[in-house]
Amino acid sequence: MIQIEGMTFTYPDRPPLFERFSWQVAASEAWAIIGPSGCGKSTLLYLIAGLRQPQAGRVLVLGYPVARPLASTGLILQDYGLLPWATVWENVALVMRMGHFYRHKRAAGSGPRPYPRAGITPDQVDHWLERLGIAGLRDAYPAQISGGQRQRTAIARSLLQNPNLLLMDEPFSSLDALTREDLQQLTAELRRETSVTTLLVTHSIDEAVYLGQRILILGQPPACQARVIENPEAGSPGYRGRPAFLDRCSELRSALDVLAEEGRRHAAA
Amino acid sequence: MQRRDLALAAAGLLIAWEIVALIVHVDVLPDPIAVGVAFVHALPNGLAWHFLVSAWRVVASVVLAVATGVPAGLALGQSPRLNRLFSPIIYILYPIPKIVFLPIILLFLGIAERSKIFIIFLVLFFQILVVVRDEASALRPELIYSVRSLGAGRRALFRFVYLPATVPAALTALRISVGTAIAVLFFAESFATTSGLGYYIIVESWGRLAYPEMYAGVAAMSLLGLMLYFVVDRLQRWLAPWMFIRG
Repeated sequence: MIQIEGMTFTYPDRPPLFERFSWQVAASEAWAIIGPSGCGKSTLLYLIAGLRQPQAGRVLVLGYPVARPLASTGLILQDYGLLPWATVWENVALVMRMGHFYRHKRAAGSGPRPYPRAGITPDQVDHWLERLGIAGLRDAYPAQISGGQRQRTAIARSLLQNPNLLLMDEPFSSLDALTREDLQQLTAELRRETSVTTLLVTHSIDEAVYLGQRILILGQPPACQARVIENPEAGSPGYRGRPAFLDRCSELRSALDVLAEEGRRHAAA
Repeated sequence: MQRRDLALAAAGLLIAWEIVALIVHVDVLPDPIAVGVAFVHALPNGLAWHFLVSAWRVVASVVLAVATGVPAGLALGQSPRLNRLFSPIIYILYPIPKIVFLPIILLFLGIAERSKIFIIFLVLFFQILVVVRDEASALRPELIYSVRSLGAGRRALFRFVYLPATVPAALTALRISVGTAIAVLFFAESFATTSGLGYYIIVESWGRLAYPEMYAGVAAMSLLGLMLYFVVDRLQRWLAPWMFIRG
């Protein structure tokens, strides 16, 4: 699904975030990406989303470089990215309208067609509003609903495309604890229903272990090799209450501690 | 705003005017009834015509200013490079009171319609340009990222993000500057022309000491401003209902 080969990425006038970094994601996997602030975990998502381009190496999604964002890749951000002038229904239906807008447009060059697909119907919009439990808010504006409801709207909007890849950048970190657990559970359910490949960037150990069947750990930049913790039970119902969950959490915590220690030694040297 | 409240406010202002006119009792301040009579009488005798001429000048300028100011503001707001190039120029030109260019405009464009339309256009253009530019450049990058990630290219971004984000702002700019536009029109019409409300007020009535007619002209000009304000306000409520919700 995703192949990153020898990728190097640096923001202008900053130390490099990735140096000859390689990493693979197979279809239908559920990944969590965790690391300290500034480790490049959000940038990694933006590179896969086609919003940034690597300076060297390759980032391939379904075998093609991502020169621009693909409609088949959903991106969920911490601050929702909803249109403030559109109602919940209109925000979700944006994808339908854009599909219509681009209905005659073909893909330029090789690779998949990047535009939203035509032929999405208002019924499908209603279906996703229903599934995300926000059908009753269809005529409300983003300013009138809670953070959790906004994120549900953003998720409905992404899923309306039938994405094959869902990128989530700290999607729940500005929500209160109860809403957060609620949406984490919903994410796990939706994954089981749609088998969409998911990459979830988080700084919460608990969230990474709950949702990431495989967990990518990034330490102090630059990241050169992918460190991965396997966590196959993630996403299964009731996982949070099992001893295995706590074991994984402490395994992840000590891995992060080791990396932080290495980073300090590296900085001191 | 409740329609009843507006009617009450209007009635209150008229009563205050009536009382002041009664107390002062001079012929330079006729009471609202005398002015109303003069207004009705003057309408078919030229006032309606002058009103239409003035209205045409303002509306033509507004259309021109929106048609050029919105795209220019969008272009600058979307492109930091263009904005860096033009913003010092705009910074210098924006605060200059455009009315002082009137003599120059008259020299270049003559005393015909286009010089009046052009001076109002200048006033409105900069207001709209600056507001639309600032609104477009203040759009959160997260919003742009998430719409781009849904598959939007440049054209869809323009159609579904920049345009709906900035048209209400352009209307706000218009609502605020419609008063200035009419003030500039009044000044531009008060000489070197034979039509328009400014001409009617200054030359046809003030010049002949016809005070009730002069007040009728002032009332007509106020009505013009009020009507334009009302239309823009309605348009904004219709095009941007989300600006009027309470969160």
